[in-house]
Amino acid sequence: MSPAMQMGDAPAMRIDDLSFGYPGQSGLFSHFNLEVGAGQRFGLFGPNGAGKTTLMNLMTGLVAADTGKIRLFGQDMQRHNRSVHLLFGFVPQDLSFYQELSPVENLAFFGAWSGMTGPVIRRRTGELLDILGLADVRDKKVQHFSGGMKRRVNLAIGVIHQPPLLFLDEPTVGVDVQTRHAIIRYLRQLNESGTTLIYTSHQLGEAEDLCDKVALIDQGRIIVHDDLDTLLSNHRQEGLEGLFLELTGKNYRNL
Amino acid sequence: MYKLRATILKDVRVLSRDKIGLIFMFVMPVLLVLIVTSMQSSTFELANKNKVPLLLCNKDTGAASRRFIRAIDTLGLFMVKEIPAGQGEAAIRDRLHNKEALLAVVLPADFSAQITVRTKSLADKVLKSFGLGDSLSAGGGKPGSVPLTLYYHPVLQESFRRSAEGAIYSALQLVESKQLLKTLYFSINEKELPDTLENELLSNRTTISEIVVSMDGSRGAPNVSQHNVPAWTIFAMFFVVVSLGSGIVREKLNGSSIRLKTLPTNYFVAILSKQITYLGVTMAQALLIFAIGVWIFPVMGLPRLNLPGDWVSFVLVSLLCGCCAVSYAICVGVFAETAEQANGFGALSIVILAAIGGLMVPDFIMTGGFRAAMKFSPLHWCLDAYYGLFLEGGKLKDVWSNVLSLILIIAGLQGIALWGLRRKNLI
Repeated sequence: MSPAMQMGDAPAMRIDDLSFGYPGQSGLFSHFNLEVGAGQRFGLFGPNGAGKTTLMNLMTGLVAADTGKIRLFGQDMQRHNRSVHLLFGFVPQDLSFYQELSPVENLAFFGAWSGMTGPVIRRRTGELLDILGLADVRDKKVQHFSGGMKRRVNLAIGVIHQPPLLFLDEPTVGVDVQTRHAIIRYLRQLNESGTTLIYTSHQLGEAEDLCDKVALIDQGRIIVHDDLDTLLSNHRQEGLEGLFLELTGKNYRNL
Repeated sequence: MYKLRATILKDVRVLSRDKIGLIFMFVMPVLLVLIVTSMQSSTFELANKNKVPLLLCNKDTGAASRRFIRAIDTLGLFMVKEIPAGQGEAAIRDRLHNKEALLAVVLPADFSAQITVRTKSLADKVLKSFGLGDSLSAGGGKPGSVPLTLYYHPVLQESFRRSAEGAIYSALQLVESKQLLKTLYFSINEKELPDTLENELLSNRTTISEIVVSMDGSRGAPNVSQHNVPAWTIFAMFFVVVSLGSGIVREKLNGSSIRLKTLPTNYFVAILSKQITYLGVTMAQALLIFAIGVWIFPVMGLPRLNLPGDWVSFVLVSLLCGCCAVSYAICVGVFAETAEQANGFGALSIVILAAIGGLMVPDFIMTGGFRAAMKFSPLHWCLDAYYGLFLEGGKLKDVWSNVLSLILIIAGLQGIALWGLRRKNLI
């Protein structure tokens, strides 16, 4: 049974009437609503300062909403609710791991923190390093890796515990074409096996390859939210970039 | 438990690859304790076991100056080297600059005459006070202090100079006392003072017993190792700030701590793991430095370190010192924004806290302001607890106030770190 099916019929992620603002600033989100169905490949896009990263931080529990609710598979997202944290994985834009350690050592540590134990971690580590092409360098220090290899380690840590929902923040930034294709291919495989993806990036071409549903947000509001094909057809655009510029304008965003 | 074990393993691996941190934590303190103890030991030997070279220029030809030179010799503090009476001040300065000696004494041509005038005058006063009339004639010259010139090299520390001056004064006093006694005896008995009586009257038969005030009443006099090894062990322990503080900052900057927050484990596990790992490091440092004091120092000709007899107190105080050092390092790591800040502030603050805490300068020579500031240094409380065991031979009941102080300091530092973690949204 796929991880998503284990969660029943609840949407993978649902935001109801959320309001949030940073201290000393006017509210970034006000009465914000969004739903991502289980098994979707959901892309969240917007210009700089639109609120994508803040929304990602809210959805992963890194910051708490002022009002409103966020639910993952029907469970309230709360900082100290362990069971809800087991439901998702997070691949941040930063290379958030220990460069002094090898991929195996990093996965052993983050696997333990994800609630796994020794034999399961070892089995899963072997699988992931094979899939992501890191088996040959499994015991080498990550600090000597190329940017693309480090990105793959970053991704492997996010999926070590096979979460039913995966948040990805610019997972392919700074990598070559080969690595980007490999990562996108792996993400599609994950989705086919039932993992819901919530993805944000400025690589709109890549997003077209990956996402089946997208939302464009700007200044804390959703501008459009629909199937990618439907949006392109409705706005008579051939690609996401044209749609993006049509809906958010061509001016610089100095935020 | 599995999470904690995995986190400790991760921290140990990261630490084992931090070569600069390991050098700061292990190599530097070992070198410091070896160098400082050797230097202090050789200074001690210079002042206490070796004779200090002293140039003596005797321009006088009388008996008093010869007695003075014999008295100086008898003190055993100086290696007297007489130089020709014709040498002037410039020649003496040159000899001192050439490090032929660190001190020089010039006896003037009228030294013996001045002593005679002075002692006759004093004897006259004494006889008058006894009602024996003015039986003596001062014989020309006004009695005053005997002019004696002391030259010293600028490298000589003031405390040592004062000791040398004191020794010279005591030799001078001896010469004057002998002369006075002889004059008085002759005035009353009209014959010379017999040598046996002179020796009996002037030799000092009062002995001084030196007793070290130790708590267990059984210890010998503390040596430089007893002073230095605990002090530099504490210094080493607190230097974990360089590795631990910057490690915490690196986790914050590379996003690892943010990622950890998204996982189903409390960040306290990460902090607890660091406390355990680095407490282990501080204990390893203590073991290493104490082992050097016990086994390597004697091989190097340095005094052997005597470990405290009360092992329970010794282990407890060591653990508390380690805890205190780790808590301080975590505080620095939590509040520093960059690794450079953690390293720079961390290292500098330890040097300053060590200086005001009495690790580099003994607390008894500190002035009022510094003595008050000393209380704010966690290193001072660690040192106080160790000295209670190493120097005073104390047991747990003797150092419990230090133990309590350390527990309060650790609680305070942990509280500040906790507040910082909350403020930075890490827990």
